[in-house]
Amino acid sequence: MDYIGEHLLPGQLGHFFITLSLVASIVASFAYFKATRHVDTVAGDYYWKKLARIAFLIEVVSVFSIFIILFYIIYNHLFEYKYAWQHSSRSLEFKYLLSCFWEGQEGSTLLWSIWHCVLGLVLIKTGKTWEAPVMSVVSFVQFCLATMLTGLYIFEWKMGSNPFTLLRDSGVLDNAVGMHMNADITQPLRPDYLNFIKDGNDLNPLLQNYWMVIHPPVLFLGFASTLIPFAFAIAALWTRRYTDWIKQVLPWSLFSLAVLGVGIMMGAAWAYESLTFGGYWAWDPVENASLVPWLILVAGVHTLLIYKHSGHSLKSTFLFMILTFVFILYSTFLTKSGVLGESSVHAFTDSGMNVQLVSFLAIFFIPSIILLINRSKEIPAIRKEEATSSREFWMFIGSLVFFLTAIVISAKTSLPVFNKIFGTKIAAPEDEEFAYNQIQIHVAIIIGILTAIVQYLRYKSTTGTAFWKKIWIPTIISILAATAILYFGDINYQTHGAGYLGAIWLAIIAAVYAIIANAAYIWVGVNGKLKLSGGSISHLGFGLVLLGILLSSSKKEILSRNSSGIAIDFGKESKEKAGENLTLVKGFPMKMGKFDVTYEKDSAHPKKQQWYYFIHFKSRTDKEEFTLKPNAFVNYKGNEGLMANPDSRHYLDHDVFTYISALPNPEKNKDTATFKPNPVRTGDSIFYSKGYLIVEKVATRDSLPFDGFRPGDKATVATIGVHSLTRGNYTAEALLIDQGGKQFAVPDTIMPESLILQLNSVTGDSLNIGVKESNTILEYVTLKAYKFPYINVLWIGIIITAIGILMSMVRRIQLNRQLKKA
Amino acid sequence: MKKIHIILLVGIAATIAVLISFLQNTSTYDTVDTAMSKPGKFVHLMARWDKDSPLEYDALNNPNYLSFTAVDTLGKSVKVIYHQPKPENFEISERLVLKGKYQDGIFDCQSIQTKCPSKYKDDMEAAKKNVQMSQAIEPKP
Repeated sequence: MDYIGEHLLPGQLGHFFITLSLVASIVASFAYFKATRHVDTVAGDYYWKKLARIAFLIEVVSVFSIFIILFYIIYNHLFEYKYAWQHSSRSLEFKYLLSCFWEGQEGSTLLWSIWHCVLGLVLIKTGKTWEAPVMSVVSFVQFCLATMLTGLYIFEWKMGSNPFTLLRDSGVLDNAVGMHMNADITQPLRPDYLNFIKDGNDLNPLLQNYWMVIHPPVLFLGFASTLIPFAFAIAALWTRRYTDWIKQVLPWSLFSLAVLGVGIMMGAAWAYESLTFGGYWAWDPVENASLVPWLILVAGVHTLLIYKHSGHSLKSTFLFMILTFVFILYSTFLTKSGVLGESSVHAFTDSGMNVQLVSFLAIFFIPSIILLINRSKEIPAIRKEEATSSREFWMFIGSLVFFLTAIVISAKTSLPVFNKIFGTKIAAPEDEEFAYNQIQIHVAIIIGILTAIVQYLRYKSTTGTAFWKKIWIPTIISILAATAILYFGDINYQTHGAGYLGAIWLAIIAAVYAIIANAAYIWVGVNGKLKLSGGSISHLGFGLVLLGILLSSSKKEILSRNSSGIAIDFGKESKEKAGENLTLVKGFPMKMGKFDVTYEKDSAHPKKQQWYYFIHFKSRTDKEEFTLKPNAFVNYKGNEGLMANPDSRHYLDHDVFTYISALPNPEKNKDTATFKPNPVRTGDSIFYSKGYLIVEKVATRDSLPFDGFRPGDKATVATIGVHSLTRGNYTAEALLIDQGGKQFAVPDTIMPESLILQLNSVTGDSLNIGVKESNTILEYVTLKAYKFPYINVLWIGIIITAIGILMSMVRRIQLNRQLKKA
Repeated sequence: MKKIHIILLVGIAATIAVLISFLQNTSTYDTVDTAMSKPGKFVHLMARWDKDSPLEYDALNNPNYLSFTAVDTLGKSVKVIYHQPKPENFEISERLVLKGKYQDGIFDCQSIQTKCPSKYKDDMEAAKKNVQMSQAIEPKP
């Protein structure tokens, strides 16, 4: 049957290129395999290699074509394709079309695959004798990724998930009565079904953030780049060239370390700016899953340097490089299998590819480890042990700490996997973040101190005097600086007791030591030659990262706490915590920390159900004044509820951060309240739910600044004092206007008390005052606000670390080139 | 034995010790009945919001008090109080992971994790809406 309005050509092309990429990648890996095996013959070195290169090039073209076609489909809103319908909508801004590309797991797999292609091309250009064995591994990984996009059925088992599936084939419309002929779901779809699909499902509002445009590409470049050290390690074991891979792999691993690190922290920046848990890191399984390979890679890069300079730790290097990639695969398994369902906020749901994901893990882990064990006797190692005063000894300890930390974090993150295998029901501890922090704080102390001093040690051995001569000045400066920070910084985090506070202090001292000692080393160690100081710069940056984490976490303040001016004493034994949320009534300032905060107005997004709330902050102690505009999607796509995006004000030394945590629901707050009549005289009081009213005086006036008040009209004004128990006093004026015998009342509203007062009648000195209490008259928002101090120390630290690592990478590449020339 | 081996052993021992102590602090996933059977103990209660029972939240009165009824898959229900506003996706969540303690007849909740319906069901919901739309437009056959 022909359906009206469908564009089938892009999908057909897409299917073609998916098949082509599957075939090309397996041909490339086989040809590279042959080229490696027969490296000494012309056939191997020339023909097989040539075939392999052509196949890989076809693979590259295919993957890029798939990417372009899928983007074409999303860009042109071809909702006959499930991917476009599921992840995008017509109202989506152009920049977010990319985000919806990688929202789905097919798109993210494709992104990963694209980076492998780019890196593969670089390897073909630079790999020389390593090209064939390394590219066999890379091509084989590409083949595995390609299978994830096929969506083929092998008997009952579905392999992968195809991004070009048509909406009508996806099962989504199967039970949609109106879409079928004669409104009968057993009949085929109507030929004009597409007319009824007006818009797509849209991108998850939380992902409509600029960080989501760039964080996934960088993170996936990080993921993809870990394949290169892995492929080198496998190639070296396979071809028994155990030592000369080091030279080439070093810049690759440094590149991977920088990009993966930056990618992870861009995710943290996204969480900070668009999620509402109030921070950049929550030890969420998905975050941990990408951190673990990075930690192992740090260990790997350091053992690589140890080997290069001292000949030790080659076996550990192999192990770490293999495990880095295996843990990347494990993180893919964790996020895409749905196993984290209960424990993570943002994992993909089960995509039905668990068998495939587990087999990838097995295919790459088991043979690699067996290969490593089999060949481990052949791997050169130095019998003599490292001197305790040598740099390599302490570097190795540092690497070991990183590796074991990675294992601990991974084990904790794997609780859901453990539950699945053993059928247990173990859940995270009560304070999950603290369960991580209380361990990692000690790791931070050890790593901070090692980062500070190890550069001052020499490889092989160091004499005591030489070491002390160089390090004593930085040490003293660090002690002074750390003392100053602790003294003036008022680091007083009491939540977990004195022991933990002591650990925080020690960690701050260690971080400061790492910063200062590494800064000093640029002059003391390498005489200010910036070219040589990539290592010191990255370590300095890492020290700043530690310091930023420690300061921002231990000095984070909830501004919206305890600030309503309502003194509520819950009593010492009470479980009640002082509230962390504050309700602001439009136009009425509330005290929040040193600020008077007012909800001024709101505005709607022209195309979406997204509202911006203007929250004005005015300091009582200085002239500071600013407006934050947190926004929220309200009842998004017909789903009742609120999805909030925070806004923050950035200062050099802190951020003020706020988001909307609740809004009134206009649907549910229908105005059902009525005016309750109260016969009173002047001086009488009337009680209402939050206080009492006193009728202060009644006066008659014949002129009023009131629209529609004509000469000759008379007005009676009742002045009523409103005495709120919680918010203080107000004055209301209720009017009763007499227009030539026709009377009408003009009520007065006390917004913050949700109170409307009306003068019903006046007879002599007895009045009738109507009192109405209604929430519907009120416009208010409930928000949460934080102060994050020194968050910039963290962000700057990350940038410096990455720059330092990349400087080292450039230096290593230059050294390799010089070596080649010589 | 080399120094490095001793350090390796110490490191591995420390790792195991850390993991054992972690396991001792873990909690459990529970139903209403099992949560009630251990009052005062921190648990992860798996339940959903019972939309038929009243939900109490008045931001003007106290923005830090939410109370509702949670019902588990066995049909048992419990009153929950939570000292924050409704979490995101609360209304559409088909399952809630309520972290807290059962005490004195109520479940005192420290944090709520919402679990959205799977993508597939999401699609079905949206598809249903499309259907309604199409039925409104379409002339009856």
